[in-house]
Amino acid sequence: MATNASELIKSASKLRGEIGGDLHDRLTAAIYAEATTIADSSIERGGVQSRVRFDTVLDRLLTSRLFGFPVMILMLTVVLWLTIAGANVPSAMLGDFLRGAVYDWLHAGARALSAPWWLSGFLIDGVYLATAWVISVMLPPMAIFFPLWTLLEDFGYLPRVAFNLDRLFKRAGAHGKQALTMMMGFGCNAAGVVSTRIIDSPRERLIAIITNNFSICNGRWGTMILISTIFIAALAPPAFASLIAATSVAAVAVLGIIFTLLVSALLSRTMLRGEASSFSLELPPYRPPRVWQTIYTSLIDRTFIVLKRAIYMAAPAGAAVWLISNIYIGDASIAVHVINLLEPVGWLLGLNGVILLAYVLAIPANEIVVPTVLMLTLNAARSTLAQNGVMIEFDEAAQTTQVLTGLGGWTILTGLNLMLFSLLHNPCSTTIWTIWKETKSVKWTTVATLLPVVIGILVCLTTATVARLFFNL
Amino acid sequence: MSDLANPTTNDKECGGCASSVCHTGNLARLGIDTTGSDYVVALAGNPNTGKSTIFNQLTGLRQHVGNWAGKTVARAEGAYRYGEHRYKVVDLPGTYSMLSTSVDEEIARDFILFARPDVTVVVLDANRLERNLHLALQVTEITDRVVLAVNLIDEAKRHGVTVDERALAREMGVPVVLMAARTGQGVQQLSQAIADVASGSYPLRARRAAYADAQLQSAVEVLVGQINRAFPRLPNARWVALRLLEDDASIIRAIEDGTLGEIAPAETPIDAAPSSPSTLVQISRGQASVSPSV
Repeated sequence: MATNASELIKSASKLRGEIGGDLHDRLTAAIYAEATTIADSSIERGGVQSRVRFDTVLDRLLTSRLFGFPVMILMLTVVLWLTIAGANVPSAMLGDFLRGAVYDWLHAGARALSAPWWLSGFLIDGVYLATAWVISVMLPPMAIFFPLWTLLEDFGYLPRVAFNLDRLFKRAGAHGKQALTMMMGFGCNAAGVVSTRIIDSPRERLIAIITNNFSICNGRWGTMILISTIFIAALAPPAFASLIAATSVAAVAVLGIIFTLLVSALLSRTMLRGEASSFSLELPPYRPPRVWQTIYTSLIDRTFIVLKRAIYMAAPAGAAVWLISNIYIGDASIAVHVINLLEPVGWLLGLNGVILLAYVLAIPANEIVVPTVLMLTLNAARSTLAQNGVMIEFDEAAQTTQVLTGLGGWTILTGLNLMLFSLLHNPCSTTIWTIWKETKSVKWTTVATLLPVVIGILVCLTTATVARLFFNL
Repeated sequence: MSDLANPTTNDKECGGCASSVCHTGNLARLGIDTTGSDYVVALAGNPNTGKSTIFNQLTGLRQHVGNWAGKTVARAEGAYRYGEHRYKVVDLPGTYSMLSTSVDEEIARDFILFARPDVTVVVLDANRLERNLHLALQVTEITDRVVLAVNLIDEAKRHGVTVDERALAREMGVPVVLMAARTGQGVQQLSQAIADVASGSYPLRARRAAYADAQLQSAVEVLVGQINRAFPRLPNARWVALRLLEDDASIIRAIEDGTLGEIAPAETPIDAAPSSPSTLVQISRGQASVSPSV
C-alpha cells in the first residue's frame, strides 16, 4: 500500500510534466464550457428586464465614488436617529416601572418578610437594580436598532458598503474582504473575528482580527446611544436633540472605520508587512426584505440574546457593585477608595474614577458599562454625602441625566471621552477568547487586546488636554 | 425507526410504506436533535444562494441568514424526519469551487470528500445558473449522490428567467428541484428528492465534464489504474487523478499519510457499480437500517 502510494505520487509528477503546466486553467475552461452548454439548454429568457435596470441604477448610486460615502453616512444617521427618537419614551417608561414601582414593591416585600438589611440590599439594590438598569436602558434602543440594521442587511445594502470600502482597505495594505468582516463586527466582534476565516492570507487575516474591535458591537451601540442622548443632545435645541445625538453616534462609528483603516495600514507596514491580495466581491441582488419576519427574528435572535447575556453579566456585576459599595475599610467603602485612587488617572483621560472602575468590572461584557457607571455613581455619591452628615433620599427612578451631571459631576468632555473610550478599548472577554481560538497565538491575542486600549488612552489623553487648554472644559 | 413520536407528523397515512412509494410523507423538523439519523445530507453551493434558508426550512432551526456572500463560515448541523427516515443536515460554507483556497472552502470540500455524506444537495441560484453549475459539475466529480436545488426561482421569474427542471435533470443525471426557499416553495419536493437519492430509488447518472484532450485523458487513465491499486475502494479515483495532475498539496498529503484510504466505503466502489437501487443502497454507508424498499 505504502509503496503503491509513493509510486502513484511519482508517476503523477512525471505525467504532470508531460501534459503541460496550465492544466488548472484547461480544466476550468472545460468545466465552464460544459456549464454553459447545460445552462443554455435548460434556461429560457424572456420579458422585459426592468428590475435588472433598477438594480443597476441603484448600484451605480450606492457604490458611486461621489455619492457612495455620503449615502452610507446618511443611512447610518437615519437608522440611529429612528433608534434614539423612538427609544426615548419607552426607556423612560420602563425605567419608571422597573426602577420605581417594582423596586419599591420589592423593598416593601422585604420589609414585610423582615429580611436583614444586607440581604435585601445585596439582592434588591445590587443584583436586581443592575438588571433593571440594563433592561431599561438597553432594551428599547436594541429593539429598534437591530431590526432596522437587519432590514438593511436583508435588502443587500451592507455588501455595497463593503464594496465602497474595498478601495480603502486595499490602499491600507489589507484584504478587501476585511470590509465584510468589519461589517460583521458591527454586530458582534466575536462573530466578526470568526468571519475572518473568509480571508485566506494569514497576514491579512491577522490584520482583520486585530482591527475588528474598532467596529462598534451590539454591546457598545447601547452605550453610545445613551451617552450621546444625555450629553451631546443636551447642547442642542430640543427639536434637534435626537438628530444631533444620532449624528454623533454615526460620527463615532465612522471614526471606528477610520481607525480600522489607519491601524490596518500601520500593521501592514510594520508587524505584518506584505502585499494586498486581490479578490472578487460578489454584490448580491437587492431583495425586498420580509419586514415582519425580520422584525420577529431580529427581536428573538439578536435583541433577546444580547439582552440575556447583558442580564447574566449585570447580575453578578450588580452584586459586586453593592458589595464594594457597602464594605467599609476605615471611613469609606472599598468602591470609594478605588474610585479615589483611579480619579487622577481618570481626570487625565477626561474621564473619572467611577468610569475606570466600571470598565474593570465590565470586562466580561461591554453592555453593562453604563449601568455599572450609574450604580457606582449613585452609591459613591450616597456614601460621600452620608459622610458629610447629609442624608438625602434618592428617587431611584431619577433620570439618568440627573444622576450623572448632578451627582457624578459629568461634563460634555466626560461624555465625549466615554464614547471615544468605549470605541477604543480592549475587546470583551468573549472576543479575546475567540481571538485566541482563531490564532492560537499568545502574541497576537495580546496585541489584539492591548493595542486598542493603548490607542484609547492616547486619544482620550489628547482630547482631554486639548479641551482643557483651549475650551476651558 | 420512528420511535420518537412527533406530534407534527401524520404517521397514520404513511403507515409502513416506504418513502420512495409514499409521496405524502410529511416533513418533521427535528431542530438540533441529530441523534439516530439514518442519512447525512450536506448542503453545498455558491455563496448567497440560500443554503442557510433551506437549512432552516428543513430543520426548523434559525441559523442566521444574511443577504451576502460569506455569512456561514463554519458548518451548522440540524435534523429532520421525512417519511420514516431521519436525516442529519449539514450546512456548509458557501464556496465557488472545490479547489480549496481558503479555510471556509476547505471545510466544504473536506466534508464532501472525507465525511462522505449520503446526499449532497448543491444549491444553485436560478439567476446565475451557468456560474453555479460550475460548482455542481465539480461536486458530481466527487460524488454521484447529488440533488440540485435551483433556488430563488421567484427572483429569476421577475428577471424573466425560467429554468426547465426536466431538461436540467436530464443533462446533469441527478434530480433537480425548483425552489423559492424564502417562502417555503419546493421544500417538500426537495425532501422527496433527497429521500429518493438516499434510498437509491433514483437512477443516478451524474454528469462528468468531458476533457477532449487525448493526452490528458490517457494520463488520467494511467493514474486511475494506480489509484485503484493503492486505494482499491476509492469512489472518485478520476477526481483524485485530476487533483494529482494539478499538484494539489492537500490531496498529495492525504495520499502520503493514508487519509485518502479512509474515505473508501466498505464495499464496492461507486464508479464500478451499476446504478440500480439495490446496489446503491448496499454501498451507502452501513448506517442503521438502510434497507431497500420492496
